[in-house]
Amino acid sequence: MYSEKVMEHFMNPRNVGEIPDADGVGTVGNPVCGDLMTMYIKVKDDKLADIKFKTFGCGAAIATSSMTTELAMGKTLEEAMKITRADVAENLGGLPPIKMHCSNLAADALHEAIKDYQKKKEAKK
Amino acid sequence: MDHGAGVPLNSRVFEAMKPYFMENYGNPSSSHSFGNSARNAIAASREKVAQLVTAEKSQEVIFTSGGTESNNLAIKGVAYRNREKGNHIITTAIEHISVINICKFLQKQGFEVSYVPVDKQGVVDLEKLEAAINDKTILISVMYANGEIGTIQPISEIGKLAQENNVIFHVDAVAAAGKVPINVKEENIDLLSISSNDMYGPKGVGALYIKTGTKVQPIIQGGGQERGLRSGTENIPGIVGMGEAAELARKEMKSEGERLTRLRDKLIKGVLDKIDYSFLNGHPTERLPDNANLRFSYIEGESLILGLDMHGVQVSSGSACTSKTLEPSHVLLAIGLAHEEAHGSLVFTMGKQNSEEDVDYVLEVLPDVVKRLRALSPLTPKEIVR
Repeated sequence: MYSEKVMEHFMNPRNVGEIPDADGVGTVGNPVCGDLMTMYIKVKDDKLADIKFKTFGCGAAIATSSMTTELAMGKTLEEAMKITRADVAENLGGLPPIKMHCSNLAADALHEAIKDYQKKKEAKK
Repeated sequence: MDHGAGVPLNSRVFEAMKPYFMENYGNPSSSHSFGNSARNAIAASREKVAQLVTAEKSQEVIFTSGGTESNNLAIKGVAYRNREKGNHIITTAIEHISVINICKFLQKQGFEVSYVPVDKQGVVDLEKLEAAINDKTILISVMYANGEIGTIQPISEIGKLAQENNVIFHVDAVAAAGKVPINVKEENIDLLSISSNDMYGPKGVGALYIKTGTKVQPIIQGGGQERGLRSGTENIPGIVGMGEAAELARKEMKSEGERLTRLRDKLIKGVLDKIDYSFLNGHPTERLPDNANLRFSYIEGESLILGLDMHGVQVSSGSACTSKTLEPSHVLLAIGLAHEEAHGSLVFTMGKQNSEEDVDYVLEVLPDVVKRLRALSPLTPKEIVR
């Protein structure tokens, strides 16, 4: 059902965990629907210096979370905001159609984390 | 350990079927000797299926294309034929999707359906069932056992209620037939659906037991085969295979049932002992010998399936993520689980191919799979990630 790349990321997910002093945190999904993910980011010089995630969900949810952190690591915030669900799926060698909608939420979680960082920064000014 | 999804054909069943493809290809409706041979083969199979469910007469068994068709013939057949008497049907909240969808279909045609709830262990609420009976009730349809959570229903008591109230009683025994003893006479069952492929027989064939005198209208019109109740040229190899499978299941039921029960209980106890925050879904003792439905907090079923598959263990789940509809199992919701709990449930269905070593192996690999996924999950409380 899943590509080799998806299974590889599911078995060996990158950047798992939490960042206690994160600069931004984004959570999307809902355990009722079966998928919930949280992204933590550290920002340095307007770039993503570190990203970590925690995910409750199916294989696709875990693999897309892992891939998203890999795609975004080191990117500027502007570049990271342009990462789409389609980019994540493409880099994983595709996802089953039914999973494109329900489990491919990681890019959204990343964007939420960046917005959270920007909001906190605004508040400090 | 996913025998609920599909089981291989028993080789003895295959051998029994073989002559009916190339050599004995007669049509049972023909008068010549080829037709005779086919008629005899059907009669012998009918007898074997009748014995499996302890029917009084083999003529009370009608062959169909499978469990779904048997359920359609039973429920629609009774509904249409008894409409003048009433339009009310009683079933339960945890029936197989075929029964639920047939009932929904009939509701659109003016029938009223009561879906009786079950308790936390999946046992139908007998008081509510009795209270649901009214003077328009024509049919009670309750499954013998649930293939997903394994719970066996108090069929004799429901049969008695139906009889006392002069209501036809249909039992969907697809998940139970061949695994637990069924006695349609003692249990007051009027109609009973079974399928062949759930007992190591071929796919595409099933049967409906119809007690003599039960009023059923055929839903397939044609040449009048199967006493007019199921027209269409008979699937001879399939019927022969089902008969053989029914006989094997009946003969091996006691020994295989005891063996599977031991494996099942070892698996359940092992998982509950080794893995914190794991729970059994369904009834602890009144359950199918081959079924263990286990729930793991904080993680999701499809990722559990994939994690176990990496270790060569195949199971299934009640999670939405494994279904076509993206809805969690209606059975798990009906026993009172929250959506996130239903998502974290795994179904183990064991069969002939499984041994004690398989159970030991699952008990060896499953704790690590659960631990790894819990470490990934934002829902896992910090104190239990070790």
